[in-house]
Amino acid sequence: MLRDPAFRSSLVTFLAFAVFIVPTTFVISLGAALLVARTRVMQSFFRTVFFLPTACSYVVAALVWKMSIFSGIRSGLANAVLGWFGADSIPWLSLADPPWYWLVIVTARLWLQVGFYMILFLAGIQRISPTLYEAAAIDGAEGWKVFRHITLPQLRATSTAVLLLLLINAFQAFDEFYNILSTFGTYPPYARPPLVYLYYTALGSGQDFGHGSAGAVILTLIIAIVAVVQGRILRLGDRGD
Amino acid sequence: MAIVRSKRQTRITGWARYSALVAAALLFLVPFYLLVRSAFMREQDLGSPDFHWLPPVWETSNLTGLFDNPAIPMARSLLNSGLIAVTQTIGVLVVSGLAGYGLARIPYRWSNAVFYTITATLLIPAAVTFVPSFVLVSTLGWISTLRGLIIPGLFQALATFLFRQFFLGFPKEIEEAAFIDGLGYWGTFWKIVVPNSFGFVAAIGTITFIGSWNAFLWPLVIGRDQESWTVQIALSTFLTAQSVQVSQLFMAALVAIVPLLLMFLFLQRWIVEGVERTGIGGD
Repeated sequence: MLRDPAFRSSLVTFLAFAVFIVPTTFVISLGAALLVARTRVMQSFFRTVFFLPTACSYVVAALVWKMSIFSGIRSGLANAVLGWFGADSIPWLSLADPPWYWLVIVTARLWLQVGFYMILFLAGIQRISPTLYEAAAIDGAEGWKVFRHITLPQLRATSTAVLLLLLINAFQAFDEFYNILSTFGTYPPYARPPLVYLYYTALGSGQDFGHGSAGAVILTLIIAIVAVVQGRILRLGDRGD
Repeated sequence: MAIVRSKRQTRITGWARYSALVAAALLFLVPFYLLVRSAFMREQDLGSPDFHWLPPVWETSNLTGLFDNPAIPMARSLLNSGLIAVTQTIGVLVVSGLAGYGLARIPYRWSNAVFYTITATLLIPAAVTFVPSFVLVSTLGWISTLRGLIIPGLFQALATFLFRQFFLGFPKEIEEAAFIDGLGYWGTFWKIVVPNSFGFVAAIGTITFIGSWNAFLWPLVIGRDQESWTVQIALSTFLTAQSVQVSQLFMAALVAIVPLLLMFLFLQRWIVEGVERTGIGGD
């Protein structure tokens, strides 16, 4: 199993995906939460707009991303925007190199997930005692310093939980890869994260349950190790608070 | 002097914040806008080289054609999705609600062991167990049946865990009063606890319903025959095979998300409240 190059490349695909998606989702949802938390006027409107994509399915998002925003033709939104600046159209999904498809997949998941993590951060921000900010204001701290020395440390428990969830969810990515990259019923040989690999190994033409189960066990071990390590960090964080 | 400067600064950062928010909000609404626009476009306008902000001709026949098109089992797949989502939501609320209440309130010898066993399964991502689950369900002969689609999803460790945490925080005095009045655990749960936990039940219910309606991998694996397709599988099949009109596909997607968006708009405040109170997690 571990010597199978296809299995190893699925782990590499997952790592590449996680390196893109985990930090960007983290930063954008934290940023959105900070912006929304400070807003008085129309706060619930903005919160709803960012939260709304959570109700959308990966299949529908994949449809919009694949056939509308990043469709390779000139009237796809991304290519239309490029066209207004005089740039050439880009075939977003039909090329393996350069790997533009990563942009398509990452932005789709970003749009679907940011709202949920923003809600988690919002709840964390609202739990921070206002007296901490008052004390900081008396000491003359503002802007970035307040964020760096009060907001961020106070959000440590939330941040750890968000990172863990992001990582587990990235690990389980399947829907958007399958729906965006599969065309005319066939999936390209590249960009197969672990679940896509397992799906085609165990349930595709091979029907190789043994291989599929072995892969599942290895994946479970990896995710359990990550979860235990993260749990350690989380507990350490709790003790510090 | 310092105060004056900081006031002006506040106003400038206020404007910057609103501009950023409005820009981000518009960006987040673009996919919804594109979905609606494309659903009402004619096929030839969708394929034309020019980008249209609005459909040159509003094509409403995409909607009527959708349910007449024998190639798209739209009515059937919507019905399947509705049936699955409703039964799974009710089932999860009953099973996890009762289990969570029992774990929180009924003292017995193995209660901690049971609780830790349930929580431990959260470490194993559900998607990793799909191969063994598939083998189990196919051994039972449940492939392409509603049973196979619904029953494995009824037992949610996360919902059980969250219900337990929530019921631990439920005011015990009210329950004790009910006990004195002669209600057992069963009666107290249904007559006192559930009616006073509406918000939390609504939050878990909404999350379960959305998750069930939008589920993809399990229905893909189990729903082999066209009669057992959920709406997501129907959409995905035509999207990946590119076998129907794109404009009609957009209309189908629109029909599939409108009920969910409406429900979400009405019930999201309970989710937000639930997250604030108990720190709901999950996806």
